[in-house]
Amino acid sequence: MPDTIYTIVNAHSTCYHCGENCEEGSLVFDDKPFCCSGCKTVYELLGENNLNCYYDLNERPGTSQKNNYDSAKFNWLDDTESVKKLIQFNDGKVAVATFFVPTVHCSSCIYLLENIYKIQPAISKSQVNFLRKEVRITFRTDEISLRKVVELMVKLGYEPQLNLVDLEKAKTTISTQKYYLKIGVAFFCFGNIMLLSFPEYLGLNSLSEHPMHKFFGYANFLLALPVLFYSAREFFVSAFAALRQRSLNMDIPIVLGMIAMFIRSSVDIFFQQGAGYMDTLASLTLLMLVGRLFQNKTYATLSFERDYKSYFPVSVSVRQNGIEQTIPLSKLAVGNKIIVRNQELIPADAILLKGQAMIDYSFVTGESNPVPKEIGEKVYAGGRQIGSAIEMEIMKDVSHSYLTQLWNDDVFKNKEEASSAELANKMSRYFTPIVILIAIAAGVYWFPTDIHRAMNAFTAVLIITCPCALALSTPFTLGNVIRILGRHGIYLKNTFVIEKLTKIKTIIFDKTGTITNKRDLNVNYKGAALSDMELVYIASLTYHSSHPLSKKIFNYLNGIKIIQTKDFLEIHGKGIEGWIDDHHIKVGSVDFAGGTDMVDDSTASTVHINIDELYKGYYEVKNEYRAGLNELMNGLKKDYELYILSGDNDNEKQYLQELIAPDHLLFNQQPIDKLTFIKEMQNAHHQVMMIGDGLNDAGALMQSDVGIVISDDTNNFSPACDGIIDARKFERIQSLMQYSKTAMRIIKASYTISLLYNLIGIYFAVQGTMSPLVAAVLMPISSVTIISFSSLVSYLFGRRYDFQ
Amino acid sequence: MSVLFILIAASLAIALLFLLAFIWSVKSGQYEDDYTPSVRILFDETGKSKPVNKTKSI
Repeated sequence: MPDTIYTIVNAHSTCYHCGENCEEGSLVFDDKPFCCSGCKTVYELLGENNLNCYYDLNERPGTSQKNNYDSAKFNWLDDTESVKKLIQFNDGKVAVATFFVPTVHCSSCIYLLENIYKIQPAISKSQVNFLRKEVRITFRTDEISLRKVVELMVKLGYEPQLNLVDLEKAKTTISTQKYYLKIGVAFFCFGNIMLLSFPEYLGLNSLSEHPMHKFFGYANFLLALPVLFYSAREFFVSAFAALRQRSLNMDIPIVLGMIAMFIRSSVDIFFQQGAGYMDTLASLTLLMLVGRLFQNKTYATLSFERDYKSYFPVSVSVRQNGIEQTIPLSKLAVGNKIIVRNQELIPADAILLKGQAMIDYSFVTGESNPVPKEIGEKVYAGGRQIGSAIEMEIMKDVSHSYLTQLWNDDVFKNKEEASSAELANKMSRYFTPIVILIAIAAGVYWFPTDIHRAMNAFTAVLIITCPCALALSTPFTLGNVIRILGRHGIYLKNTFVIEKLTKIKTIIFDKTGTITNKRDLNVNYKGAALSDMELVYIASLTYHSSHPLSKKIFNYLNGIKIIQTKDFLEIHGKGIEGWIDDHHIKVGSVDFAGGTDMVDDSTASTVHINIDELYKGYYEVKNEYRAGLNELMNGLKKDYELYILSGDNDNEKQYLQELIAPDHLLFNQQPIDKLTFIKEMQNAHHQVMMIGDGLNDAGALMQSDVGIVISDDTNNFSPACDGIIDARKFERIQSLMQYSKTAMRIIKASYTISLLYNLIGIYFAVQGTMSPLVAAVLMPISSVTIISFSSLVSYLFGRRYDFQ
Repeated sequence: MSVLFILIAASLAIALLFLLAFIWSVKSGQYEDDYTPSVRILFDETGKSKPVNKTKSI
């Protein structure tokens, strides 16, 4: 071990561990600069355990250790009930737990997390899933507790995100696994059936009397069984479900064709009338399954199903009779005294009892500047405490707090109706009866002359019209579109969203955080210079007001001390005034402060200052609108009705009026107002798209036909929705709408192509002499045509809309 | 010609073995993560000291 040498490092050097700038007074150890002792400790720890490779793989791979965590944060991990939920497997000696670790970002992270056993021998195995940002850790429970494992990870800079909802996510992998298995089985059977049908393809009729022929038929029959009963099972399930609801979907004609194929082939095989259509059956199932798999695009680290529970902690610290205890959140009751530490969320509406509260409501409102609260004040659930620990008394149940009661609305209870491709189902409503009619007509036509031929014609029509190509055009077009969009920061929940997008007539925007940037609030002072003391007065006065503009100015004056205010008065719509140190301070509108200045920039709200009846000047508070907002709004205006629902007051009305009609601007909208507004629009038969960002839009997003979330960091939590758009791609919403419409046109075009194939097929089928070979050739060809057409055209149109 | 019976049976049996191998690979989760293993293979063992108490996974 080298001697520890602490020296002052030069400014401008970056931390060897995390790459942050080292301020003066930072440490040098082993000739390497570190920004804080936390980073140095990790470096030392890795050095002792021969894990220096961590730094060789990537430069400065670590996470800053400056934010020291409070060790009491993990107290709840001692609660056996909570731990049980986190552990997936436990046999009393060895336990397995999977953690979601958002800080995983490079190969060094994988290296360190997978070699964690070198530091803590009680961990026997750890495996990283990089794309899902998950670590699966196996450890011996008699040597180490789950809490120790978590604390070790935190110490290394890989703090797992622990909440119970995420743990249920594992299901999605199982469904893709099932597709792989079904496709594997279908492929195996398809290949072998083809092989055994080869003599038939080559027209080796000399074999037809040979026992070999019989043997091939029976083998084909056996191989078709797993295809029909295992691989194709979900098509049957979906078709029966549709029939039970007395509706027709695309799976019904498919299942009809499959049944016709199977029965006809079985009869052919067992009565030695021919080779049957088992090869077509298998190839069709295989292609359909591949289509389904392609359609199911999932984003490993995104979740579209979150409610407030994913934001909230698993358990809370409660003080009872002077003793601090950890209890699961579900047991939290009104009247409990809870302790909320730095960076922890407040789980229910509560009253502040002790401590300095600075609450960050960014989850709820999108407003990221923390708000100070005084003892005795009410603090709403969903806020995050920043600073030292605070103690508070619970006023309301978790599920009945101001924010969470939104989830008691019916929207969240009604399970969304099974999403399905509407256009395809509409198609099926005409297609299925017509096909059945043609089949019967062909049967009836041949019936008087030749019963055998009549049966052949009837089944052949059902087989050849089995709309495999038709059913493939939707998944391949939309699957391709969703992937192209995904590469451009637009993540849709599933392919059905694209179809819903094309029906949208009304688009509703949230204001704060959606069309405005969350960060970088622009505050400028214009007017006579203010002395330091005068700044203190303004800060002290604005501190008492809950008006958003006051808050912005207070935050702008951040760090200034606050002194006592007397006779504080807030006059609604005008401003605030009060007496500080015998000075009369007035802050508010132009008239209120007696200002004369004309404000030249209409996009900004202004707050005017008057001290001791003397007008000083004004603060200009600009909301940063997202880049390209003007162009987007003007572009969308032509085709859609636009609304803006803002939780804020109307001080930006003037600017927003230039974008959309004044009666489409609604201010002071509570979360529940937004929801009802959308409900009313829908009752008037409008298809509504909601574009929002925070939890306060959650109800509206859920209620709307399509809910889209704008997110500055897609790894962050976002409320339940149909799609997430990277905030930098905000201006692409119009392209998204146009591209969706084009996608539906592509699908219609491919429907036409596949119907043409069907017509050719029907021409052969109605004659009652169709050879299975026609089906075996025609059906795969039509499917391949459709797949290549829809993929290629959707790609080309993607380029046209600049989605390259 | 009847040797074909045996040959086809044998070919089916071999194909079935591959199918079973595929099913096993899916079930054991090999298709869940197609990125991390490609990184993992590049890590060198640091060599100097053998990891203490290297245990087999359960």
